[in-house]
Amino acid sequence: MSDGAAGTDTAVAADDAGAGDGGAARPGPPAWLLGVGPLVLLAGLLFALFRFGPLGLFDEAFPPVEELTIERIWFPGPGVMKVAVVNGGPEAVTIAQLAVDDAVWSHELDGERTIGRLERRVITVPYPWVEGEPHQVVLITNTGVTFDAGVDVATTAPPVGGRYLGAFALLGMYVGVLPVLLGLLWLPFLRRIERRWVDFFMALTVGLLVFLGVDALLEAFEVAGEVPGAFQGTGLLLMGALGTPLAVNALGRARRNPDGTAAPFQLALLVALAIGLHNLGEGLAIGGAYASGAIALGAFLVVGFLVHNTTEGLAIVAPLARESISIAPLVALGLLAGVPTILGAWIGGFSSSPIAVTLFLAIGAGAVAQVVIELARFFGRRAESGLTAPLNAAGLLLGLAVMYLTGLLVTG
Amino acid sequence: MSDKSGDRGMSRRNLLRAGAVGAAGVAVGGAARALQQGASPEQLQGAAQLVSSHGHVASNDAVGDIQPGGFDPTAFLTDFDYGRVSTLADGRTLREYDMVAIDEDIEVAPGVWFPAWTYNGQVPGPTIRCTEGDRLRVNFRNAGSHPHTIHFHGTHPAEADGVFEIVEPGGSYTYEFDAEPFGLHLYHCHAIPLKRHIHKGLYGTFIVDPPGGREPARELVMVMNGFDTNFDGSNEIYAVNTVGFHYQRHPIKLALNELVRVYLVNLTEFDLINSLHMHGNMFRLYRTGTDLERSELTDTVTLCQGERAVLEFSYRFPGRFMFHAHQSEFAELGWMAMFDVSGEEAPVV
Repeated sequence: MSDGAAGTDTAVAADDAGAGDGGAARPGPPAWLLGVGPLVLLAGLLFALFRFGPLGLFDEAFPPVEELTIERIWFPGPGVMKVAVVNGGPEAVTIAQLAVDDAVWSHELDGERTIGRLERRVITVPYPWVEGEPHQVVLITNTGVTFDAGVDVATTAPPVGGRYLGAFALLGMYVGVLPVLLGLLWLPFLRRIERRWVDFFMALTVGLLVFLGVDALLEAFEVAGEVPGAFQGTGLLLMGALGTPLAVNALGRARRNPDGTAAPFQLALLVALAIGLHNLGEGLAIGGAYASGAIALGAFLVVGFLVHNTTEGLAIVAPLARESISIAPLVALGLLAGVPTILGAWIGGFSSSPIAVTLFLAIGAGAVAQVVIELARFFGRRAESGLTAPLNAAGLLLGLAVMYLTGLLVTG
Repeated sequence: MSDKSGDRGMSRRNLLRAGAVGAAGVAVGGAARALQQGASPEQLQGAAQLVSSHGHVASNDAVGDIQPGGFDPTAFLTDFDYGRVSTLADGRTLREYDMVAIDEDIEVAPGVWFPAWTYNGQVPGPTIRCTEGDRLRVNFRNAGSHPHTIHFHGTHPAEADGVFEIVEPGGSYTYEFDAEPFGLHLYHCHAIPLKRHIHKGLYGTFIVDPPGGREPARELVMVMNGFDTNFDGSNEIYAVNTVGFHYQRHPIKLALNELVRVYLVNLTEFDLINSLHMHGNMFRLYRTGTDLERSELTDTVTLCQGERAVLEFSYRFPGRFMFHAHQSEFAELGWMAMFDVSGEEAPVV
């Protein structure tokens, strides 16, 4: 490190250069080399750690840490079950045997029995599973460690095909698209009422959205716990929940009112987008539950989602109460909010993993948060009727209550 | 792990969970490129199997086979250790045995390894055999990492009981006693914690023949045991003679009308009882083997931990006959086996 002083000089020089925009003229190594230098040293450090470091001592002292996550269990047809496994741990893991319902069973992997870090396998088990009953799978590794997972209700997985794509699309239409469009029909009503009542419904929208956002966030946290360790469920959640409002905000900067609030249409667009992302997560849940037989247990779930989602249409049209808008863009807003339900149902019905669900739910929560911020700004600029004004506060609380009450239909 | 929501209805959260985890989707093209080959015919030769409507061969069996060259359950069946024989001054027979406690990884099902504590590197330990009245000298050396002993069942002085004379790693001890009474006994480590020392594999069969012996027969040693491979207090794998499904995959060959005598010992840990049920036949049961009169004629015997029995039978019909624990769970987790009775009469002994 004899040239340490020279390095300091260079750093100072670079600062000067930044101000004067003439850095290229300075003597010394080029900037890219200074950028890459630490990386080269880092590589050397890593080499030294693995070559000479004390890691070997710990390797000898402790058995390998094995971590397998059973991501999905599904039943393509009678007498066959499939198990998707991911190695989210630091070490390779070898699956030696597999037991279903406390019986060691013949099976086959779509690759080596040893699963490397972040690798994934699908195991085919010819097992006479029983429609409508629970089944439990245990993987036994070569060191005798076990990993288990189960399904509560076994049912034949829908094959990818026109019939099931159509069925899931229809399901998405019923629980996502149509209720939202139905909710849009409140627009003429909103146009007839006084300004303060429009504000009331705007505040109600805030309540609806806060509820949706918190709900999505909690669900994301729950599913994140099931994401294989290396894929960092919490990390996915943060990226979705924080990244989405940042991105939406950055995109939305282009068109704003002079006072800094979003234009009404833009606000409605944001609401629709946020609800759409939220509904994508909802679609995932519905598709996955349907495919695993859960939703088939009660049509009331579909009814619950349907009623619940009608309020989302109201949220979209509330900012447009004083705007003139033709039918086409209005319908487009409704579709933006509703159609993701169908996409979600497809993904959830034919393949879904905790990784995807966590990310989508977090994105939904982040989008909702962004809209709530926009709406709060909107109210903040109107001193005479802020969110804490009695009527508006009542609206917000009513929004929460409406979500809570319609949610009862879903939670049964 | 599984969320037993049952009839409680399904919350939105559970619904999401179901969508994410318990879920069913479909593997793209999975149903189409369904597994055709299944297990090889050799692997399935003894297995209970069925063919699903998709043409898959389903079987309640392990995949693969144990490594060759290690412990061989088939050889173990008939491997009796009579010790080093000499004659004492009073004319009695002295039998000397060397026993070493060794830490050793053993294969308890194909590809599944268990960090065992063993006598002489094997689980179960060697089958010690002698005749009533013989003098036994067992030289025990502890080459393992924990204190161990050998506790023999039967009648003997206190200092040969293997309970209070704990042998530390690197230490040794000699047990000396007379073999009595005749019957089917066992031996195991009696160091504490007892449950762990037994479950880890420190046990074996101890046969004391009656003076004059028993009727000539094809004799087999079967130790019912189990292995808690993930150390959660219940067994993942059950077996006779350690390797789950071994005699299902490698049926024990018997001859027609041949007299067969099974020395059956229960050394299953964590489960109170174990059992043996034989198909297509009945056996004469001699409880503990300490009497030459049969106790009953049956096809199922149930033994508590540490209990044992001698079974005698001969097959009148050729073919494959299962024998297994009548606890279905144990059977399906490995304690499932086969006799393969040939059409040939046994040569006269």
